[in-house]
Amino acid sequence: METLEPILAAHPFFKGMPLEELKLLVGCASNVKFDVGQFISREGSETSEFFIIRQGKVALELFSPTHGAITVETLDAGDVMGWEWLLSPYRTIFDAKAVELTRCIRFDGKCLRGKLEEDHDLGYEMLKRFVKIIVERLSATRLQLLDIYGTRV
Amino acid sequence: MEPVFDSKAAPKAAVFSPMVPEIFRVEKYRKETHDTYTLELRPTSGTGEYRFKAGQFNMLYKFGVGEAAISISGDPSLPNPLIHTIRAVGAVTKAMSKLKVGDMIGVRGPFGSCWPVQEAVGNDVLIIAGGIGLAPLRPVIYQVLAERRKYGKVFLFYGTRTPEDLLYRAELEKWRARFDIEVLVTVDRASSDWHGNVGVVTTLLKKVAIDPDDTVAMICGPEIMMRFVAMDLIRKDLGLDRIYVSMERNMKCGIGLCGHCQYGPTFICKDGPVFAYDHVIELLARREI
Repeated sequence: METLEPILAAHPFFKGMPLEELKLLVGCASNVKFDVGQFISREGSETSEFFIIRQGKVALELFSPTHGAITVETLDAGDVMGWEWLLSPYRTIFDAKAVELTRCIRFDGKCLRGKLEEDHDLGYEMLKRFVKIIVERLSATRLQLLDIYGTRV
Repeated sequence: MEPVFDSKAAPKAAVFSPMVPEIFRVEKYRKETHDTYTLELRPTSGTGEYRFKAGQFNMLYKFGVGEAAISISGDPSLPNPLIHTIRAVGAVTKAMSKLKVGDMIGVRGPFGSCWPVQEAVGNDVLIIAGGIGLAPLRPVIYQVLAERRKYGKVFLFYGTRTPEDLLYRAELEKWRARFDIEVLVTVDRASSDWHGNVGVVTTLLKKVAIDPDDTVAMICGPEIMMRFVAMDLIRKDLGLDRIYVSMERNMKCGIGLCGHCQYGPTFICKDGPVFAYDHVIELLARREI
């Protein structure tokens, strides 16, 4: 039976992670699929999971009564989605909707937190990888906020 | 790779005095987006022989209003009609947006340095544009695709504010349908009926692997965007001499005499607008210039 280790090892998020550590993580992972238009998570809902995207595209949306659903970012193959599982109160900030058929590896955050608490080296390694992503997204968001393409006439 | 600084190498224009505009007629006017339009211009006199290199610009003169420096956005191998895509942002470009087919306009140029299209032969090519920055890079795309076999992988990364701000939609779709250029488009914001990428243009770069020894990047867009993109490319180990940017300042004479576009020790109009990044990286960090 094919295990998830080689899939994780091939994903950019886990690049360079030792096999022993991947084996620990795989115990909290499962394959999932989302159809076009399916919501993966809803804003404000309790969450204890994150996803690494293998295929497809996911839109992170905010809904405004006056503007409707606004896409603030899209994520696709190679990206990681969700860091709310790391910190209390474990609630999602955006709606996440599959805009294409999307295949992911889902990690059970509760299971993972338990393992990372037991193995602080692994916990630190995972945290470093998440912080890198958070910094990249923060940097991109700042650039997005600058609205660099000028003012409307 | 040698940086392209040689404005003297620019092909000779039909306009013999750089300070005297030649009269061109507006042959076509096309609205691209809510604030951007394209003019196709033909000379009213002379031989009609007009040559330019990708990345160069002209000074366009709206009679009675003034001049503006506008990059040439057509195909260098088909210089007649002369094509300019212009964003209506100042008095001159707003006045030009009201031109009609048959109206006259003054043209001086071409001026400035060019993109390293020939120097990039044998390399992978990253063309990275933000907003109106696609216009000065379109000649590069035409040239590279015309001699596609001479290059490695070719990528076009293009970011705009919204889907409605995308320039050259029909051409983007045509290029994307080809198998020999990868076109990645993103917008800063969109409603849920947009099924493409949302995020700044830098987010596209992570989608491709770059071979730093055999890649040349050409970037055009707002200065902040170019800095962020260059920073990401440097993180991917691309050498500063392999990254090219097109700078913009208030250009007046076009020949390095008046000093309006002085940028540290250089003049954007004469030494630029296209610079290798190692020549401007220090200057970009200086607020006072």
